[in-house]
Amino acid sequence: MGVEQKLGDMGIVTTKLEELVNWSRTNAMWPMLFGLACCAIEMMAAQASHYDMSRFGMELMRASPRQSDLMIVAGRVSRKMAPVVRRLYDQMPEPKWAIAMGDCASCGGVFNNYAILQGVDEIIPVDVYVAGCPPRPEALIHGVVTLYEKVKGEKFKDLAVVK
Amino acid sequence: MDKKHEKIVQALQEKFSATYEDFRDEVHVFIKAEQIVEALTLLHDKYEFELLSALTATDYYPQQTPRFHVVYQLSSLAKNITLQLRVPVNGDQPKVPTATRVYDTANWREREVFDMFGIQFEGHPDPRRILSPEGMEGHPLRKDFPLGYEEPQFTFNYDDIDLKKIYAKE
Amino acid sequence: MAQIEEVNYEQYKHLVSERAFTGETMLLNMGPQHPSTHGVLRMLLELDGETVVNAIPDIGYLHTGIEKNMEAKTYLKAEVMTDRLDYMNTTGNNLAYCMAVEKLVGLDVPPRAQAIRVILTELQRIASHLVFLGAFGLDLAAMSVFLYCFREREMILDILELCSGQRMMTTYIRPGGVWRDVPEEFEPAVRNFIKIFPKRVDEYEALLTKNPILLDRLVGIGILDAQTALSHGVTGPTLRASGVDWDLRKARPYMGYEQYDFNVPVRNRDSRKGDTFDRYIVHIEEFRESLKIVEQALNKLPKGPVQSENRKFVPPPRAEIGVSMEALIHHFKLWTEGFPAPKASIYSAVESPRGELGVYLEGDGGPKPHRVHMRTPSFDNLSVINKITQGHLVADLVAILASIDIVLGDIDR
Repeated sequence: MGVEQKLGDMGIVTTKLEELVNWSRTNAMWPMLFGLACCAIEMMAAQASHYDMSRFGMELMRASPRQSDLMIVAGRVSRKMAPVVRRLYDQMPEPKWAIAMGDCASCGGVFNNYAILQGVDEIIPVDVYVAGCPPRPEALIHGVVTLYEKVKGEKFKDLAVVK
Repeated sequence: MDKKHEKIVQALQEKFSATYEDFRDEVHVFIKAEQIVEALTLLHDKYEFELLSALTATDYYPQQTPRFHVVYQLSSLAKNITLQLRVPVNGDQPKVPTATRVYDTANWREREVFDMFGIQFEGHPDPRRILSPEGMEGHPLRKDFPLGYEEPQFTFNYDDIDLKKIYAKE
Repeated sequence: MAQIEEVNYEQYKHLVSERAFTGETMLLNMGPQHPSTHGVLRMLLELDGETVVNAIPDIGYLHTGIEKNMEAKTYLKAEVMTDRLDYMNTTGNNLAYCMAVEKLVGLDVPPRAQAIRVILTELQRIASHLVFLGAFGLDLAAMSVFLYCFREREMILDILELCSGQRMMTTYIRPGGVWRDVPEEFEPAVRNFIKIFPKRVDEYEALLTKNPILLDRLVGIGILDAQTALSHGVTGPTLRASGVDWDLRKARPYMGYEQYDFNVPVRNRDSRKGDTFDRYIVHIEEFRESLKIVEQALNKLPKGPVQSENRKFVPPPRAEIGVSMEALIHHFKLWTEGFPAPKASIYSAVESPRGELGVYLEGDGGPKPHRVHMRTPSFDNLSVINKITQGHLVADLVAILASIDIVLGDIDR
């Protein structure tokens, strides 16, 4: 990360370098296995053979947070689970992104009560929200592609601040 | 109430002076809290009720005596009948003796009733909360515990609700 | 920003043996996020080298407060929440709740609706067992089984989407019948599925059943005897693999199951002890039996209405509202206030792919339920895990947990 920050203003070299870095980040982004509830089954279906996510770069799902770039929060996050989610997010190395899959992770969904966090963005910063209860695998793939568009537009000088 | 139930309900009535009611081919028998372990042992050993299907409780809040009813749903595989026992419990310091010696199912089910309603089970080997986070105060399924819902976000409370979502800036 | 909490070992003193506190055995946390626990389950393991001395489950990481939330909604609107309990068996959950409501208020169900409910519930049972098989193979490192099972599951989800518009959380089964009649493409789609599925089951068996590695890993592991199982409240395929012939579809038939001819697979009737391999075989046999029921129900599908005509509880179709005044009043009252239920309590149970799914429903004379309790099978099925894992290796623990077929939404509600 350090070298790019210093190269932030070098004209055409910077833009070509940004393109290369972002292209390599999107083509092999590995998600962390974080299926909590019903949306996890649709995530598994998206990974299986009918709607294949490997064609988008997500060849496998890593169980360990230290080896993954993307956290797909699939399912409802309860109050007992919230510190665990935060700790896992902190254990992921930079650069990292988060997708809130489904209604329960985006805004609390059907459950508006004492036991469920009203949206996982109470504890971690989210990049893309995918709606649906549960979202179809095609919707999840659309969310992933939207995240790729966002990553392709990232510039070095924005990343100079530690999140 | 059909013949298979009649014998059993009669035996319970004689031994424990229990009352009963029936509704849509189900029989509910009311037993006092001190007698419940004896009743369960009798039904398990003599009348072959091997399976304790469900153990739960209900809260009738504004009335305090009794405030809770603890419900035991028993099934017999050999005779293919079900029976429901209800134990009325008072509101202040609710206590019921544990049924873990008779049925092992009661171990986790009684922990759940304690967690959700606050009814203590005397003699339970592991009296901890099971579903709620550690250190939680209050018992969620009581009627005086609020649902805790988030109100819809209109213009007058827009900022209050946004304060809770500190990471939703992007 | 995350705080590291000091773990207080004193709270586990009564659960683990004293060797843990002298340092002879090791306390290890198999945390909520783990690839082999089927959902967010935390297990506290006490290990002597690689052998398990105690395995204590810690649940509650998915507790959703569904029972309290259902008390705040009317009977019809609360059904939406039942889908999300055991998310592998969504139509089965809907069926259990609707049967409970119908028993409480005394509502009839026409025969065509009963047959459609049976077809969808049995298809859902096949879909649930397919995920069991996929996850089972994945935990034992047989990855191709996972991909094959999800290929078949897509066909069933297409059929569900044909009827109701949603792949998983359908809420198609409503009190009084089903939501609307099945479209014309339903019958050819189900017949196509019935035609190709038996060969696929043979494919799975060819991959797994006589595989020597699988036999080595599963035979003799996690033996559960019938006495312990009944005392812990275990029901479903786990109980039937230990020799007890108990299936609610045969013992207390509902929705017309008595007219269909099918067997209930039970293993080890004499020895009354079942291991992991027996549980796997029971699931495979249930595929074939469920397919038989679907075929018979589809052949016998009677004609007629799909919803009860009792307008006090079932909303009228939209075409009637412009024509009849009573229909308009019923529609208004049912969707704004809901129907009242008597001040009584009932318990009704169905056979879900995991065991006995029971609903304890108590009304109080108003439109909202006073207390809803779902007796979910995975809660009791998980409580035997400590007894049957003692003395096995950690890799065997993974196989045993996969064979008991738990769903965490069921346990934590």
